[in-house]
Amino acid sequence: MNDEQTADVMAPVSDVAPLLQCENLVKRFGDNTVVQDLSFAINPGECLGIIGPNGAGKTTTIRMCLGLTPPDAGHIGYTSVHGQALRMPQDALAIKSELGVVSQMDTLDPDFTCEENIWVYGSYFGLSSAELRMRTPGLLDFAVLSQKAKARPGELSGGMKRRLSLARALVNNPRLLVLDEPTTGLDPQARHLMWERLQQLLQVGKSILLTTHFMDEAERLCDRLLVIDHGRKLAEGTPRELIAQHIEPEVVEVYGPGAQQLITAPIRSRADRAELVGDTVFFYTHHAASLLLELARQPSLRTLHRPANLEDLFLKLTGRQIREGA
Amino acid sequence: MTDTAQDTPPAESRKRYRRVWGDATQSPWRLPKLDGTFRPVFMRNFLVWRKLAIPSLVGNIAEPLIWLVAFGYGMGALVGSVTLNGTAVPYLLFLASGSICMSAMNAASFEALYSAFSRMHVQKTWDGIMNAPVSLDNVVLAEMLWAAFKSLFTSTAIMLVMLALNISTSTHLLLAWPVLLLTGITFSCLALIFNALAKGYDFFTYYFTLFLTPMMFLSGVFFPLTQLPPWVASIAEALPLANAVALVRPLFMDQWPADAWMHVLILLGYAVVGFWLALALTRKRFAM
Repeated sequence: MNDEQTADVMAPVSDVAPLLQCENLVKRFGDNTVVQDLSFAINPGECLGIIGPNGAGKTTTIRMCLGLTPPDAGHIGYTSVHGQALRMPQDALAIKSELGVVSQMDTLDPDFTCEENIWVYGSYFGLSSAELRMRTPGLLDFAVLSQKAKARPGELSGGMKRRLSLARALVNNPRLLVLDEPTTGLDPQARHLMWERLQQLLQVGKSILLTTHFMDEAERLCDRLLVIDHGRKLAEGTPRELIAQHIEPEVVEVYGPGAQQLITAPIRSRADRAELVGDTVFFYTHHAASLLLELARQPSLRTLHRPANLEDLFLKLTGRQIREGA
Repeated sequence: MTDTAQDTPPAESRKRYRRVWGDATQSPWRLPKLDGTFRPVFMRNFLVWRKLAIPSLVGNIAEPLIWLVAFGYGMGALVGSVTLNGTAVPYLLFLASGSICMSAMNAASFEALYSAFSRMHVQKTWDGIMNAPVSLDNVVLAEMLWAAFKSLFTSTAIMLVMLALNISTSTHLLLAWPVLLLTGITFSCLALIFNALAKGYDFFTYYFTLFLTPMMFLSGVFFPLTQLPPWVASIAEALPLANAVALVRPLFMDQWPADAWMHVLILLGYAVVGFWLALALTRKRFAM
C-alpha cells in the first residue's frame, strides 16, 4: 500500500486505506498526452474535486477511474467494502458495483418513466425487482421527483433530469459517487438543490469524486481539491490552504477611466502583485488599507475590495487565456 | 426520509464479479468475454419495445405481406410455377419461402443498425449501462440477441399469416423457425459491424443499397439461382441469405433441405466471424 497520499500534509489525517487511489496515470491519444503522471487518492467519506479548464484532462481521468479507457501507464486501486484490494480495469465490474456515476451528458432512457429508469438501471446491478420497487420511492423522494414518478425524462427540466441521474446512480447504494460536472447548465435554484443533496450524501458517509469548473461549487462541496491543467497536477489541498498558499489574502479590483494606467503607476508598489485584465487592474496584497486610501483620492475610479477566492487561485494557476472550445 | 439508500445492504453482498486477467491495454481483438449480465440489457430493450409493440408489429409485417401479395399473386399469375430440382413449385410458395428469409434479414438489420445506433450513439444508453457492472462485450451480445429476437418475432408473425393464407401447412415449418432465428442472429452480427463503424444514420443507407439489396436479388428470393450465369451463381451460393433460403424453402415445400449442415455451418460462420469483428470494432470505438 502506498502511503504517500496519507502522509501528505494536505490529506486529512486518517489511518484507513484510501477508497480509490490513482498513481502516476498517463493517457495518450496518438501524439497528444492528455494525462501526465497524475496521482491522487480519495479517502472514505471525503469529497475530492478535480478542477481545471476545458480540455485539462478531467473527463479522461474520470473515464480511466471507471475503466472505460485503459491508462497507458499507472495504477488505479480501489478498496472494496470487504477490504479487498481491487484494480482497474481488471476488476472493473466488481468496482463499479460499488460506484454511482453521473456522467456529463444525461444517459437517461427517454422511453421510460422516472421510476422505470431507476428500476431498469438497478437491474444492471443484479438487483431483484422486489428490491427495486422498495428502493425507488425513497430515491425519487430524495431527488424531489416523487410527483414525477410517471413522467418521462422529456417532460423534465434540466435540473430534474440531473437529479434523476443522481437518484439512478444511488440505486445500488454506492460507496463512492463519481460526478462529472454535475451542475453544468443548471439554473441557480437547481444547482443549490443539487449541492444540498450532495452534502446530505456526504453526511451519511458517502465519498464523492467530482469534476467541476465552478469555483463556488468546488469551495462549497469539496474537502480537497486537485487543480489540473494539460493533464498535470498543478496543486492539491483544501480550498482554504490552496488560497493561502498561492494567493495574497486580499484583492482590490480597480476599473473605470484611467484604471489601466495604474499598472505602471507608483501605486503599483503598494501591492504584492498586480495584473491587468481587459480594463480592470487586479491588485493582490496582504494589507489593502494604504492602497485603498490612495485609490480613494481618484474618485473617477471604481474599486472592489474582497478576500482572495478560489477563482483567483484557479486563474493564477491555469492562466486567463480562453481555451479552444471554451 | 433522505437516506433511504443507506438503509439497505450493499449490492455487492449478493453478486460476485470475477477478475479479468491480462494486460491493462488489451487488444480489441481478444476473445469475447460473455456472461449472464447481458440479460438485463436485453430486458431493457424488450421493455421499451413492449410499449410500442403493436404499432411496430403492423409496420414490420405489412411491408413483406404487400410484397407477397403484389408479387406472389401478380407475378404468380404470369409465371405460374417454378421448376426446382425437377419439382414444379407454385410461384406464391416459392416467393413466400424466400421472402420470409428476406424479412428476417431486414428486421434484424434495421434493429441492429438504426435502433442500436440510437441507443449507442444518440441516447448514450450504452454509456449509462457501462457505468453499471455490465461490460461492453455483454452490451453488444444483448443488442445482437435483441435484434435476432425482433427478427424472429417478425418472421413468426409472417409465418402465422402465411399459415392462415394456407400457403404452406407443412409440419416442417416447425424446423424453419430455428433456421429463421439463426438467420436473424447472422444478420444482427453483420449489421453490428456497420453499427460500430457508423458516424451517422446516413452510413446505413450504403449497407442497405450496396449490400442487402443486391443480396436480396442474388439469393434466390424472387427467382431460382439457376437463372443466373454460373459464375454469378457460385458467388451467390456463398451469400448468407442464399444459405438461409436454401434451408427454409424445402421446409416450406414439405421436403428436407439438401446439404443442410453445410448451410447451417455457413450461416454460423458468418455469425461468429461477424460478431467477433463487430465486437472488436465496437471496443475500438469505445476505447477512445
